[in-house]
Amino acid sequence: MSLYDEQLTRGAGARGSEAPGASTYEVVTEEDLLTIRHAVRSATVEAGFGLVDQTRIVTAASELARNAYIHGGGGSLTVELVRDGARTGLRLTMRDEGPGIPDLEAALTDGYTTGAGLGHGLGGARRLMHEFAVDSDAGEGTTVVATRWNGR
Amino acid sequence: MSTPYPRDGGVPILRLGDVLVTGLLNELDDKSAVAFTDELTERIVADSARGVLIDISRLELIDSFVARTLMELTTMARLLGARVIVAGMRPAVAITLVELGLRLTGVETALNAEAGLVALGWQRMPQPSGEAPRVSLR
Amino acid sequence: MSTSETTVRERLLDALREREQEIADRWVRLQLEQSNPGGDLGEHELREEADLLIAALGAGLASDVPVQRLVASQHELRRTVIELSLRRARAGATPTATSLAVLSLKEALLEAVQHTTRDASELFRAAVLVNRLLDAAGALSFETYVEGREEIIQRQSRQLMELSTPVVRLWHDVLAVPLIGTLDTARTQVVMENLLQAIQDNEAKVAIIDITGVPAVDTAVAQHLMHTVNAVRLMGADCVISGIRPPIAQTIAQLGIDLSTILTRSTLADALAAAVRLTDQSSAPTPYAPAGP
Repeated sequence: MSLYDEQLTRGAGARGSEAPGASTYEVVTEEDLLTIRHAVRSATVEAGFGLVDQTRIVTAASELARNAYIHGGGGSLTVELVRDGARTGLRLTMRDEGPGIPDLEAALTDGYTTGAGLGHGLGGARRLMHEFAVDSDAGEGTTVVATRWNGR
Repeated sequence: MSTPYPRDGGVPILRLGDVLVTGLLNELDDKSAVAFTDELTERIVADSARGVLIDISRLELIDSFVARTLMELTTMARLLGARVIVAGMRPAVAITLVELGLRLTGVETALNAEAGLVALGWQRMPQPSGEAPRVSLR
Repeated sequence: MSTSETTVRERLLDALREREQEIADRWVRLQLEQSNPGGDLGEHELREEADLLIAALGAGLASDVPVQRLVASQHELRRTVIELSLRRARAGATPTATSLAVLSLKEALLEAVQHTTRDASELFRAAVLVNRLLDAAGALSFETYVEGREEIIQRQSRQLMELSTPVVRLWHDVLAVPLIGTLDTARTQVVMENLLQAIQDNEAKVAIIDITGVPAVDTAVAQHLMHTVNAVRLMGADCVISGIRPPIAQTIAQLGIDLSTILTRSTLADALAAAVRLTDQSSAPTPYAPAGP
């Protein structure tokens, strides 16, 4: 599994221009994690995902948001409905302006942790989604884009 | 946090003989997870409990934080002399946990609260005479 | 947009507005000459469709979107073409007939332009424009049809997958799922979901996964099986894998796959015996020992 390159719009300029059907949630406090789980849950229901897929996506969102909250000093999560031909999917874009991830490969390895999790955050979220791309540079913040398709 | 408990909105911790019975609701945020651990470990000591049954059939999501809480709780309880059984995990939650790469190492599981209680030896408690045992051997 | 294109567009738009009825009539007649153009659609429905499409074309031409992108980006026009294609697909028209029907609108349109000008070069440019516009519409119509088909195929393959993985109850508290055919990620996920749901519904204590009908086990399949077993254990039940044939046992050993934490048996009968023993154990008062991770 390689980290494929995807053109990511980065930094503060990326906000503002939102596709229709996308909503953005701030992760600043611990309570925001709860709000995000609820918002993502209802987005998955709206997108027509089954119960297990709903749980996968909400769990992945929870991991990403917690990651940004703990390591990135907060950030924002954009949830959007995506379409590819006849498939529909849900895309999560988590941005933070924290210190960035110095060693991406290590961060995606199970058991790697610098915080209060189990070290399964990023790698685990990747396994729960169909597409997963991380863009991070030391000092530049981190952007994670993860998509799960319905009915695959 | 000033007072860790009583937790608001949580499931009460009941005592059945030497077993404590409690549960987790649909969602567990970080603060209530800490409060839950605090209250439960204190009750284990106060009630000299030998077993703890945590019903999670209402829990809709276990991420790595909740998983860690459950694993730590199991370890702490064991150190305090009590055996923890987590009962009633939903299928969707189990699948997600496995795919996430988490195995809840050391945490014992049961299909439902009843099976969990049987495992904790609750069945051996004295039955009221003349009444058939409530827990059947299905 | 070049000025000559603007002129031609205006010319076309005029023709479209002035001769709306005529074009629609002509198009419907052209379609009726084809064999079975709209499937079960009658003349009346074709006429309604024609009015809608011509109105949408007019609205599109009046906008300032370049003609090449008109069908793709002008919302109403795009929607009209898609709806037309879907309606015809449902009525049983072939994709070729539908595309041809859309393309035959060219003829009706150009005839109308011919009434407004006799200038050869202008007519030529109008023809090019009409071609571009309706070729795009024909292509979109075909694409819509294919997409619709794809959706049906996906749905059917999912249904087939669910049909091919029944969960059966073999004994008190014992479920079995006989797997037949190749196991891939999508299929394993369906198996896992069905099995876990059945465990919850039946409060089953042991699940047997029988892989007699699985032709090959590679690392990926083994990992899928491990996932399933682990999920079953997290729910508080246990799992036995049966039907491991000698060649598969060899592959597993050669690949170095560790299935040692999983209870395995060579036949379904042996697995059932093991499962019944497990349920007896677990319903005894103590010790309850779910197999470790």
